Amino acid sequence: MSGAEVRLEGLGKRYGEVRAVLPLDLVIEGGTLVTLLGPSGCGKTTLLRMIAGLEQASEGRILIGGRDVTLLSAGERNVSMVFQSYALFPHMSVLDNVAYGLVSSGMPRKEAHAQAEAALETVGLKGFGTRLPSEMSGGQQQRVAVARALVLKPDVLLFDEPLSNLDTRLRRSMREEIRALQQRLGLTVVYVTHDQSEALAVSDRIVVMRNAAIAQAGTPEELYTQPDSVFVATFMGEANHVQGAIERSDGGQAQVALGPLRLALPDRGLPTGRADIVIRPEAVRFAVDGEAGLPGTVARATYMGSHSEYLLDTEVGTLFAVIPDRLRRREVGAQVLITLAPDGVMLVHD
Amino acid sequence: MRLRGSLPAWLIAAVGAAVVPWHMQQDGLSLATIVGFGQHDPEAASALWQAAAHGRFWFWPIVAGLLLALPGALPMLPRPARALWLLAGGGFGLAALVVQGLAIGVQGWSWPWLEALFGPLDDRQFGIGLGGAMTAVALLLLVTDGFALRGAFKGDRFVAGAVGVLAASILLFTAWPVATVLMQMFTPRDDLSAWAALADRVVDRKIWGLACVTSAAGCGVFWNTLVLATCTATLTTSLGLAFALIVTRTRFPAKRGLRLLTVMPIITPPFVIGLGLILIFGRSGVINQIVEAVFGLELGRWIYGFNGILLAQAFSFTPVAFLVLIGVVEGISPTMEEASQTLRATRMRTFGAVTLPLMLPGLANAWLVSFVESLADFGNPIVLGGSFGVLSTEIFFAVVGAQQDFGRAAVLAAVMLVIALFAFVLQRRVVGRRSYVSVTGKGDSGLPPTLPAPIRRAAYAVAIPWACLTLVVYVMALAGAFVRVWGRDWTPTLEHFRRAFALEWTANGTLLFSGGAWHSLFTTIELAVIAAPITAGLGLLAAWVLSRQRFAGRTTLEFALMLTFAVPGTVIGVAYILTYNVPPLEITGTAIILVACFVFRNLPVGVRSGVAAMSQLDRSLDEAAVTLRASTFRALRTVVLPLLKPAIVTALVYSFVRAMTTVSAVIFLVSAEYEMATVFIINRVINGDYGLAIAYCAVLILLMTLATGLIQLLVGNRRLGRRGVVAAPAPVGGRV
Repeated sequence: MSGAEVRLEGLGKRYGEVRAVLPLDLVIEGGTLVTLLGPSGCGKTTLLRMIAGLEQASEGRILIGGRDVTLLSAGERNVSMVFQSYALFPHMSVLDNVAYGLVSSGMPRKEAHAQAEAALETVGLKGFGTRLPSEMSGGQQQRVAVARALVLKPDVLLFDEPLSNLDTRLRRSMREEIRALQQRLGLTVVYVTHDQSEALAVSDRIVVMRNAAIAQAGTPEELYTQPDSVFVATFMGEANHVQGAIERSDGGQAQVALGPLRLALPDRGLPTGRADIVIRPEAVRFAVDGEAGLPGTVARATYMGSHSEYLLDTEVGTLFAVIPDRLRRREVGAQVLITLAPDGVMLVHD
Repeated sequence: MRLRGSLPAWLIAAVGAAVVPWHMQQDGLSLATIVGFGQHDPEAASALWQAAAHGRFWFWPIVAGLLLALPGALPMLPRPARALWLLAGGGFGLAALVVQGLAIGVQGWSWPWLEALFGPLDDRQFGIGLGGAMTAVALLLLVTDGFALRGAFKGDRFVAGAVGVLAASILLFTAWPVATVLMQMFTPRDDLSAWAALADRVVDRKIWGLACVTSAAGCGVFWNTLVLATCTATLTTSLGLAFALIVTRTRFPAKRGLRLLTVMPIITPPFVIGLGLILIFGRSGVINQIVEAVFGLELGRWIYGFNGILLAQAFSFTPVAFLVLIGVVEGISPTMEEASQTLRATRMRTFGAVTLPLMLPGLANAWLVSFVESLADFGNPIVLGGSFGVLSTEIFFAVVGAQQDFGRAAVLAAVMLVIALFAFVLQRRVVGRRSYVSVTGKGDSGLPPTLPAPIRRAAYAVAIPWACLTLVVYVMALAGAFVRVWGRDWTPTLEHFRRAFALEWTANGTLLFSGGAWHSLFTTIELAVIAAPITAGLGLLAAWVLSRQRFAGRTTLEFALMLTFAVPGTVIGVAYILTYNVPPLEITGTAIILVACFVFRNLPVGVRSGVAAMSQLDRSLDEAAVTLRASTFRALRTVVLPLLKPAIVTALVYSFVRAMTTVSAVIFLVSAEYEMATVFIINRVINGDYGLAIAYCAVLILLMTLATGLIQLLVGNRRLGRRGVVAAPAPVGGRV
């Protein structure tokens, strides 16, 4: 099976005066995993629930595989959803849970159970069918929820923060399993999370949302290396936000002044003058002897084993730095010269 | 081919309009008369046949609406177009149905301008029967389908239909009757115009008179009712508080027994207490006889009137206040009181400065609940009232007495309704302000402090004698069933039971239920058994719609539903006979009116227990079912209902028991064919036949206990693995 394309056209949601999702356009290609990422209250779950048919769109259209489903109820849409709480039916056995959708669609019970067994095998739970959900661990319940959604061969599979109830270690392995399953079966998956590392790990594309609108959409690498805004930069990993100036720009390259440093960066269409700059912590380095640099003072130094973390006071502001040098550690109060690796420094829009 | 979409509803509407007799049939429906096509008697014909063969042109618009809706019911057109046809056709048909039903009554055209337009009509119209009902419901569903197709209710036809049916039934069985009562006040009388008649009825010394303040004459019923309800509420709240404090804040050994007290009013027919009081304090009561024998004093009839009713209501409703106040006292977080104690307050000061103020809203709520109970009470005043009239009994006598004055009954009902609504609004505001409730979802540790000694002693001094007295009243009441004539002939006997429930073998070997009570008992059980599942089903459906769905008008629906709560039973009773005596819905004297009364009087209980249970159920469970291709109905049936079993039990038991014990509304609605147990008992009481009445009450109590167990057994428990079964909280309060 292969997943269908999801196309949102001017889709928006309003509760009275409150806008939960501003009208937006988005295309999710068939067979890809797209993450909706954002802080709580940004509208990502509402967007997901509109695709599922659990919320009514206030405006715009939803097309799944080219079919307009905007007015269809959830059951008529051929989408499945994995819920944050898993929503396993506590009074039914695991097998009945997984077979529920098939039986609902009118499949004879025997056949439905056979397919449910197969789906349980896919998620590595062969032989657990007779148990009740309450007799399984959190990770196992999660797999049952995935199997229950998968068995219907949906056009689109929706995940609503599926890993937030698991502990850190389990979360890591579950997200890899979900990703592997999605790639093996070629599913279209829309995945809601507020955890950026989860998003980076599983996604083909990430849609960062903020204040009921899309802040930026792109591949994980694009979002990390070319964030449009301070918000996206800081949301996709750690970032220092400082102000510099664009001295001149031509051919898409800008010469940027940051204290005594001069950096050549892609200008991203910004005019000359004051500019917002974000700096990844791992792009901050200490100057090699004789190299020119931004003078600073070590305000805090934390030894982390594999690397050290520093807070450095400079004329452009305090910088957070992650430096993998385990041999030459700087003490608090030390005067240092700082240089920046250009691939970790970006001009942004606000 | 599987019928899909709106086609089944359309077919039902079509069958209802074209095949089945439209009007209610005098002799009921038989297989032979169920086809109303080609009938010679127009009254036995279907709507279509009446229009085509008998010239009743007013049925054509309904048929036209049906035809208009047909394109929408067929799957050919795109959704928006179908929605439009369904809305237009269904809406037009429904409107036509309602208008023609109201336009032609028992004496031809209902409104003069129609007569001017079409000329006089020598026809009359009977009430809507099976055909009309089928068509009306199906047309309604076509309209809701149309809304769903347009994307309302998330495109869910089941939800749209459920909301439509709920709204329509509340409109039909609560709003319309109440409106009819209020309109009745304007009915012109003799030579008086509408307004003058209203003024004459409202300004009535029998209602508002204050003669009792200055002289020995009686006051108006308004004042009687108000004073009685205020006294009862104050008394029961104080007593209930004493009980609640003992149960929650002392080491009293018999707490369990006290808690049992709260169950009693639920399974007690409303006049057991009144009868018990008569047997103790009445003219031939135990106390009177002892006093007369020892002191030679004649105590007389003091129990009849205000004193007796107050006493009886205090016995009846203290358990209700107790139940409310247990929740209130348990709702106070002990940490507040512990904080107060660490701040060097004495126990007494803690109680006075912290505990009591925190309980105030809860006390106010309990007071208002008791107030409304007293206001709506019919059983106690009718048994003990004597010449002391309250609103509920006055309404009754205005309708059944020699006066037969429906206008007066309507005015009294309106007065009662206003008081009840006022108390209801007040109560909602008191309960709505939750700022004082200090229990949070988190486990609040800390032990509730024990009561300060003076308070504890006072509580004991009040509660324990009262509990004993309650027990005595019940024992006396039931003992009355086993002696020949109370007060005169103390010979133990089962004669009363024999008279009520005798069984005989006839000559040809069949069993003959020769006892006088069998008929009413069977009717009562039959109707209660019919009404209970409808009440529970409709109530839970409403609870589900209200707590799980979002749609325009949700709050309005919720408010309307809660309002049905506030309408006293007597008002509903009067409203029902006024409304359903005449077409288009002519159901007076049938079982339907009694079942409708039970269902809509007890609906709020089903709703409440459903909402409480639903709030413990993760919303994503039903959402998961829906995304798994289950239709909403299937999701409800396979996921929500099994998890709601405790709430179903509560709703079933409650509506069954209520149907068996209610008297206030029912007393207006019974007929010779459909007589209810409670009404039968009241008639025995009025005739002074206490023994039989009490015997009957005892049988009812036994029966209800059995039925409760049976329902529990039938519905069964949820199986959720290792986790224990979470019981739904029992609904608080209720009315007779």
